[in-house]
Amino acid sequence: MKNENLYNYILGIADNSLILGQRLGELTGHGPSLETDIACTNMSLDLFGQVRSYYQYAAKLKGGDATEDTIAFLRKERDYVNVLLVEQPDRDFAYTMARQFLFDVYHLLFLQELQKSHDITLTAIAKKSIKEVSYHQRFSTDWIKRLGDGTTVSHDKMQEAIDSLWTYTDELFHQTAADKAMVAEGIGVDVTALKVKYYSLVNAVLEEATLKIPESKWFQKGGKKGIHTEHFGYILSNMQYMQLAYPNMEW
Amino acid sequence: MSLALLKEHYTNKNIIMSTKNWPLWEVFVRSKNGLEHRHFGSLHAADAEMALENARDVYTRRNEGVSIWVVESKDITASNPEHNGELFEPAQDKVYRHPTFYDLPDDVKYM
Repeated sequence: MKNENLYNYILGIADNSLILGQRLGELTGHGPSLETDIACTNMSLDLFGQVRSYYQYAAKLKGGDATEDTIAFLRKERDYVNVLLVEQPDRDFAYTMARQFLFDVYHLLFLQELQKSHDITLTAIAKKSIKEVSYHQRFSTDWIKRLGDGTTVSHDKMQEAIDSLWTYTDELFHQTAADKAMVAEGIGVDVTALKVKYYSLVNAVLEEATLKIPESKWFQKGGKKGIHTEHFGYILSNMQYMQLAYPNMEW
Repeated sequence: MSLALLKEHYTNKNIIMSTKNWPLWEVFVRSKNGLEHRHFGSLHAADAEMALENARDVYTRRNEGVSIWVVESKDITASNPEHNGELFEPAQDKVYRHPTFYDLPDDVKYM
């Protein structure tokens, strides 16, 4: 493939949204209240919409029989390069919102930079996505504050969620080979440059929410290289079931 | 557990249960600039800010609106259906209160 770096770079962006969208979609009908249930499904649909644009672009680069669907559904586990954060399960609503918040802050910073890319397709997708992701961030930030600064029980649950998920945050700022190549061409975003801003934004919200900022300096990594946590296989078998049972089926 | 304790236990439990339910809010959406806000429905939320966010997600996700109002349902004073007779029926036989006795030019719309 001619544009292999660009192709891999696009997957690096889109896989995060695909898997997070799938996680949020799993909550359909299981949200803590009708209103939050619909909100989570809305965010899921926003993410899937963005994912379609990315994969359609990737399919065009790949050529041949590739479509957005083959890229979304028919890869092997090691070929998905989403960060570990987004595949973490919905243990309770605090986890769901903590995961969302820790990703949203990154996602928005990332898209703001991607707007300046030399690749006009990526610029266009970034511009369209920013409004949606700004809302996601507003929504999840609100819940961090509500639960963190809420009752003793909600505070403890949110603290536990933040403490557990914190270990997955550092990976957001690791550069892959495709990242480096794309940054050099003025197409990609230098994620290492977002790190300081990210933690200062996140920490400010945690402080306002009366939550402790985790002190652990030990971080998990691997997702960007296709090495996933044990939860990933289950997501994939769920997602791929229809395509495996009925190959080439259309909805 | 003594009966008195048991009673206290359930009383406390009821208090907790009742505070668990978020209050009800009425949602009004303006679909276009220039039009009035219309009642769209109701939802539960812990406070006004959450009510606005929930209203956005529940009622305006298909581009239905340009402005949202929320008001807590308990703040609405409603007329009592039992009083419908005295409130509304006296108007029924007073046709002269309706402006139907003069011709409208065709060019006048939306009357």
